[in-house]
Amino acid sequence: MSISHSIAPYYKVMIERDSCKKCKRCTTHCSYGALSYNGERIIADNSKCVACQRCVIMCPAGAIHIIKNESFLPPHGNYTRRIRNAIWAQSGNGGVLLSAAGNDREIRSIFDDLLLDACQVTNPSIDPLRETIETKIFFGRKPSKIDFKRDTMNPNKICLKTEFMPNFEVDMPIMVGHMSLGSISYNAAMAIYQACKELNILAGSGEGGLHPDFYEFGSNIITEVASGRFGVDINYLHNAAGIEIKIGQGAKPGHGGHLPGEKVNSLISQTRMIPKGSDALSPYPHHDVYSIEDLAQLIAALKEATRYKVPIGVKIAAVHNSAPIAVGIVRGGADFLTLDGFRGGTGAAPRIIRDHAGIPIELAIAAVDERLRKENLRDEITLVAGGSIRYSADLIKAIALGADVAMCSMPVLIAMGCRVCQQCFRGLCSWGIATQQEYLVKRLDVDVARNRIINLFHSWNEELKEVLGAMGIDSVESLRSNRDRLRYIGPNPKIAEILGVKHAGE
Amino acid sequence: MYWKNYTSLPKQFRNERVFDGCGISGYMNIDGKRENGKKIIDMITILNDRENGLGAGFAAYGIYPEHHDCYALHFLFDDEPSKSNVLDYLMDVGFIVQSEAIPTKIPPNVDNPPITWRTFFHPQEKKNLSEDEQVLQIVMNINENFEGAFVMSSGKNMGVFKGNGWSHEIAEFYKIQEYKANMWLAHSRFPTNTPGWWGGAHPFNLLNTCVVHNGEITSYGTNKRYLESFGYKCTLHTDTEVIAYLFDLLCRKHEMPIEISSIALAPPLFKEIERFEKNYKIALKNIRATYRSAMLNGPFSIVVGLANPIPTMIGLTDRKKLRPLVIGVSEDDNTIYMSSEEASFRRLMLDPNINFALKEVWHPKSGTAIVATMGRGLSRNGLEKPLEKIELTIEGDN
Ligand code: SF4
Ligand code: SF4
Repeated sequence: MSISHSIAPYYKVMIERDSCKKCKRCTTHCSYGALSYNGERIIADNSKCVACQRCVIMCPAGAIHIIKNESFLPPHGNYTRRIRNAIWAQSGNGGVLLSAAGNDREIRSIFDDLLLDACQVTNPSIDPLRETIETKIFFGRKPSKIDFKRDTMNPNKICLKTEFMPNFEVDMPIMVGHMSLGSISYNAAMAIYQACKELNILAGSGEGGLHPDFYEFGSNIITEVASGRFGVDINYLHNAAGIEIKIGQGAKPGHGGHLPGEKVNSLISQTRMIPKGSDALSPYPHHDVYSIEDLAQLIAALKEATRYKVPIGVKIAAVHNSAPIAVGIVRGGADFLTLDGFRGGTGAAPRIIRDHAGIPIELAIAAVDERLRKENLRDEITLVAGGSIRYSADLIKAIALGADVAMCSMPVLIAMGCRVCQQCFRGLCSWGIATQQEYLVKRLDVDVARNRIINLFHSWNEELKEVLGAMGIDSVESLRSNRDRLRYIGPNPKIAEILGVKHAGE
Repeated sequence: MYWKNYTSLPKQFRNERVFDGCGISGYMNIDGKRENGKKIIDMITILNDRENGLGAGFAAYGIYPEHHDCYALHFLFDDEPSKSNVLDYLMDVGFIVQSEAIPTKIPPNVDNPPITWRTFFHPQEKKNLSEDEQVLQIVMNINENFEGAFVMSSGKNMGVFKGNGWSHEIAEFYKIQEYKANMWLAHSRFPTNTPGWWGGAHPFNLLNTCVVHNGEITSYGTNKRYLESFGYKCTLHTDTEVIAYLFDLLCRKHEMPIEISSIALAPPLFKEIERFEKNYKIALKNIRATYRSAMLNGPFSIVVGLANPIPTMIGLTDRKKLRPLVIGVSEDDNTIYMSSEEASFRRLMLDPNINFALKEVWHPKSGTAIVATMGRGLSRNGLEKPLEKIELTIEGDN
């Protein structure tokens, strides 16, 4: 690459020379090779810095500051720095730009435009510290009605006639999204599964199979059957609280999985059942699912294989036609349906897809919930919604719009130490989360990470209870689809209309 | 009384729901003996702290024995054209056995009272639609699409009388004292934020189900959307409507025993469910899971009248009992009384013209149904645990 086309670095590493003790700790902690010692002092290669903050935190002298390098580019409101950089990068390497984490474009969040209701005078609010507020939910398919028969001779004898399908009881309407071992490290996966077991909630396995060490957490794991079928064998299917057929993912609708070969070490190769060092690229579609009837067959096959003991669901990316697709999936026999919005995260995705394909999860929940109700199917299934549930407010609003469970991943990573540098696809995560390099993985202390996830979800659930209490609701099922308790304050009334939410003040 | 807004909320309020605090009362004679409206009027009018003159109503069961097999449709009309539109429509979709004005006593100098009307009606026979289902659709259609018309009630051998005024005014207006019923429900209102409209007063009715309600349903949005999946249309701007439809859905459409449907609406806490024996635990958990959208949240006490298959009166409060309900049973065990306050019973005691004595008065437990059935008596007293006294078996399970 000629020098005239090189891209100015995004960040600048500032080292306070006076405070630096020259311990060189920062040079070993930087997994991106941005820092080195030249015999006299620490020098920084700004072009390699990803602002992951590892050196900043690890420096014993607090001598490192990372600042944004934006002084020089001539401003242009249309050709933003982001767009210019993309053009420079592509005209240099001629390839599809990869990216990680979720869509980072500054698109207005609809969740943030929604306001919650609270009780005043006519109905008492409930204090969650003094009264029970319930957050348990059942994950799986329910019948549309229950048949009881009263004995004709003895009116006090009642027979329950309905047979129930498997449901998994979870203590919070929260689920950890699907992150495969491969996209995240062994330690990160271990911390997540341990936390979920402790909290009695579910976590997704991702499409990378299940390492035998994790079988003991199987009763809290939804395993994933994706188009690559990586790691799918009978043990995988039998060691799960539920199975999800992954059709799509919010960060990359219409795409398969991408696990770069750098991340496929022997651990990953064993779990995924693929050769070491090979890229794990799952096909874009499932090659046995080219239509809805094929999907119904796959659902039926998985139900047979698991002897009807666990719920089988389907995950789709939130796209324009999600509502009718969802109806087809539910009619096809799915016990739960996962919707993943366009801001959903990923370990690696083409940036063009991540940033431009799909629709916001808020609209997808509203449209799918509404359509399933029109077909009188809604209450039979569990609707899981993910794709940027960032904090408890998003979770609460997702449920009020119509989801049973909110699914999230990024907050779990952030709780463990992730700084959202969006470099996961490179496998060099300096925090030991999105990497397979032994020396980096070791940095993630499983016990600490587990406890932080437990704390995070515990606090979310408490916040959920606070909101329920303020609304005068003592059980989360009465929040679900209760759009009456939401109001819209955003700029676009059409959004409020699609959400079925009134404007604030109405 | 307010001599306006008979069949719909005034336009500027149509986007709102009406919230209110209320008095509710009801009683049933187990032997089916019919009594005039004197007692129920006394019971509800004494609760005048709970009303502000913006709505009251009565439901009376067993009042039309001569037409007991017809649907007795009670209407409010704004004017003659609205009335003839509806009657024409009814003739298209069924048979009118008898059609007449509901007798009223209109105070002098009221020049635009509503037309109060009743029609004894049979729907046409249809192969794949039950009579009840047809009448339900007809009622929903009229209330939604016919300007100037409102169906107050649509059950058999029963009727609702309601309007916008103090309970004593409504009683007088409809001459409640002159009807003879074996089960009476009554309601008086204290709405907070709208002038109210006649149709929006309680009781709320659908087919034989009537509800009088004190409280506010915080799960309204959830319940409403659930009911809409089953074809109910919630157009009356009040949460009481959803209670009436939920009883209709569970008790009539899903044929659920009342002991069970009351659990679906006000279920025990999960931590309580854990303490139950196997069959009961399975049933209770699945009731909660399956009917999660039917659960009623927020403060309420309700008295519900059902008539199918046998007349039944139900009292129920929310799980935290944020609204009052008190029960009384007469000395001869034949009459079960329910009310927001004991004052209703004491009022009857003071009346020298009636022979009134109660054997027992008690407060039901939170979220626990009281069920009185005609011919059978009190089958649930509101003090039992969920499913207590019920022998529950699971099919295919030995
Ligand atoms: S870690 Fe801090 S103190 Fe140590 S060499 Fe780096 S900048 Fe200097
Ligand atoms: S997981 Fe690691 S690599 Fe990925 S964004 Fe977070 S800190 Fe960066």
